[in-house]
Amino acid sequence: MKLRNFFRKKSSREIAKDRLKILLISDRVNCSPEMMEMIKTDIAKVISKYMKIDAQSMEIQIAKTGSRDRGKLPSLYANIPILDLTESRNSPTSSM
Amino acid sequence: MTTTSANVGTGLAAMGKKVVLIDTDIGLRNLDVVMGLENRIVYNLVDVIEGKCRVKQALIKDKRHQSLYLMPSAQTRDKTAVTPHQMIKVISQLREHFEYVILDCPAGIEQGFQNAIAGADRALVVTTPEVSAIRDADRIVGLLEAREFKQIDLIINRLRYDMVKRGEMMTASDVVDILSIPLIGIVPDDENVVISTNQGEPLVGNHTMAGRAYQNICERVLGREIPFIDFEKTVSFWTRVTGIFHKN
Repeated sequence: MKLRNFFRKKSSREIAKDRLKILLISDRVNCSPEMMEMIKTDIAKVISKYMKIDAQSMEIQIAKTGSRDRGKLPSLYANIPILDLTESRNSPTSSM
Repeated sequence: MTTTSANVGTGLAAMGKKVVLIDTDIGLRNLDVVMGLENRIVYNLVDVIEGKCRVKQALIKDKRHQSLYLMPSAQTRDKTAVTPHQMIKVISQLREHFEYVILDCPAGIEQGFQNAIAGADRALVVTTPEVSAIRDADRIVGLLEAREFKQIDLIINRLRYDMVKRGEMMTASDVVDILSIPLIGIVPDDENVVISTNQGEPLVGNHTMAGRAYQNICERVLGREIPFIDFEKTVSFWTRVTGIFHKN
């Protein structure tokens, strides 16, 4: 068990690589953390109209697409945990 | 970076190309020292631009190679002494007489950098495998791409294979993966670079690790397919081994 943990420990090389990947994405799209936070809040607001989501643990990220074209086409990924899907259909009708 | 300019210029000249090296770092002249030509300077780049001398008068012939010349920078002026437009004019004059015009670019992305890239169409971006250097390199590549450079190649400088083996330094392929531009050379961290600078003699082409690495870069600049030196294999093997461990 101990041995396994030893191998699991991240090397500084991997830490550097992981940090750079995230850092360069935000450098390249020229998107500030504040703006990312605003996008996140707005997405949460819109989705909440239709279903109950866990806004606290949702994550958004701008990442490179599969092409090796220096990330000229970055995409926005959102990971939004849904708490209750059934509620989604109820709320718009109830408001009618 | 100056070491790279000196070695690439010298290497290309040794292969029979007509080469001129221009030190564009105004106020912080050092290419002349790396080339061992500091005692031969009369005129410099700023003199040419201000019309105090003709282009030919500011060119210093190299000690060893017939087809290699250096245009030194001015030591006592500052970077505002030159504009991008003036730089383009000087470079276009030099293009008529030389096959390769190599511009040693100052650090940073200010006026000096803008001057240096104004008349260029190809770039060799030099970085070390460190987080801060790679971040800067990525910014530089972005600026060069915006200028529509024909070709942008990567040189990874001062790679320490012992640290790579221990997993304490990013591998060459890690850096290429992050920056996504073609790799044209890996220069190992070699004490001979310091020795060669001490002596004012570029080490390209000699038996040292760095000397061989620079030689290979020159060959690749000319478009030849040269395999990367052996220790690269060791590295990729090691990457695979550690990769297995981390999958668990």
